This record gives sequence, C-alpha cells and structure tokens, in this order.
Amino acid sequence: MSNTKTFVYINRKAPYGTVYALESLEVVLIGAAFEQNVKLIFMDDGVFQLTRGQDPEGIGMKNFSKTYAALGDYDINQIYIDQQSLDDRGLTIDDLQALVYEDEDDDWNEKSSIHLVNREQLSDIIESADVLLNF
Amino acid sequence: MPLDVNGTTYETDEEGYLANLSDWAPDVATALAGSDGAELEDGHWEVINFLREYYEEYQIAPAVRVLTKAIGKRLGKDKGNSKYLYELFPYGPAKQACKYAGLPKPTGCV
Repeated sequence: MSNTKTFVYINRKAPYGTVYALESLEVVLIGAAFEQNVKLIFMDDGVFQLTRGQDPEGIGMKNFSKTYAALGDYDINQIYIDQQSLDDRGLTIDDLQALVYEDEDDDWNEKSSIHLVNREQLSDIIESADVLLNF
Repeated sequence: MPLDVNGTTYETDEEGYLANLSDWAPDVATALAGSDGAELEDGHWEVINFLREYYEEYQIAPAVRVLTKAIGKRLGKDKGNSKYLYELFPYGPAKQACKYAGLPKPTGCV
C-alpha cells in the first residue's frame, strides 16, 4: 500500500460562474483511475455545488450536479461538508443531494458518503493529506 | 465528416462522434457502427442502452472500470468483464460504445 497517497480536494466556489467546480470534479473522476485514498471537502460557497434541484439551462451550462451521484461508482465515498459553511448560508444537510456508495466489505449495502464536520475535524482531514488540491 | 442516415445528415466531429447528443436514434447508431464496418447485435445494444441511461442519470460517460462493474451487476458476471466487452467493442468498450450511443468521447480512457 506504500504507493497509495491521500488526496484531499477542497471545493470552495459556487458551481457556476467560474470553472473551478467542474474542473475539480473532472480531475477527481479522472484521478479515480489511480485508486488512491480520496477525500472531498465542500466548504464556503462550495457547499452550493451539492444543492438539490439545480437547473443551469438558462445560462447554457450542463447540469453537472447530477454527476456527483456517480462518485460512489468511482469508489469515492469520503465526502466532508463543513457545517459552519452551511450555517452561514442558511442551508441544512437536507438542502444537499444524498450521495451514497455500495460497501463491498458489507454485502454491497448502500451507505452515505457524506459526513458533516466541524472546523476542528476539517483541520484533521486537511492534515491527513499527502496531496492537497484547492479549487 | 457528416453522417447520412435515410436522407438526413448528421454532424459529427473528426473522429466520427455525433456533434449533438439529441440527434441520436437507433438507426443513427446502426449507421455509426456501419461506418466502422461493425454490425450491432443484441450484446452491443445492451451496452449502448446502458450507456445512454447512465449518461441521462449522471451526465457523464462512465470510465471503463465503472462500466465493467455496472454491466456485471446488471447483466451478470459473464458479461461484466473486459474480455467480453472487448470482444463486442474491439476499439475499447467505453470509446467505441460511447460513439455508437451518441455520447461525447469519454475523458482520458479507452
């Protein structure tokens, strides 16, 4: 396992208006082929990336929010949401889409990939990174 | 290089992928395969239909590893392996099947 590194992706920006959110998602999906230990953090305006019911058709963008639901298929199931960022924006976890994966070690039971974390836990996750990518 | 199907012309990119997702129809798939000298049988259609449903749900074409696993789950272990999928789509299951399914070329893989 010595070739496995922990990759932490921090997503901080709103989904549309800049290309950061989509680029981050694409890097995550392509990088998944390398079977590393991947953790995603959504904080600041990045929490809006996971909100339910997005419809960007009016601004001529593809609704890539649907793609987050595929992360479980790519074995990306450590997704951390900053509670403080939700609070600051008047959002709750129910405003975000549910993301799940099937646990291979537990008879393929469907489990939630999403973990709500406080700032202290967030520091620990960032501390755990061998590679830190900030979008 | 445009593709002619029953008198209708469809726009494609330089590698023969459909320019507009919404142009797709089964006879367009048959024509796309035909331009590669391939003939589509039931096994091909299972994968093509799966890909179109996957894209509709997630807005991406799955990586080949994800495709293989998902096909195995849906259609059985005897089909969820690279050998079977490469026999159907010798140019690479994701790449070739996505082309016939009218999806964009998958990013960075076979």
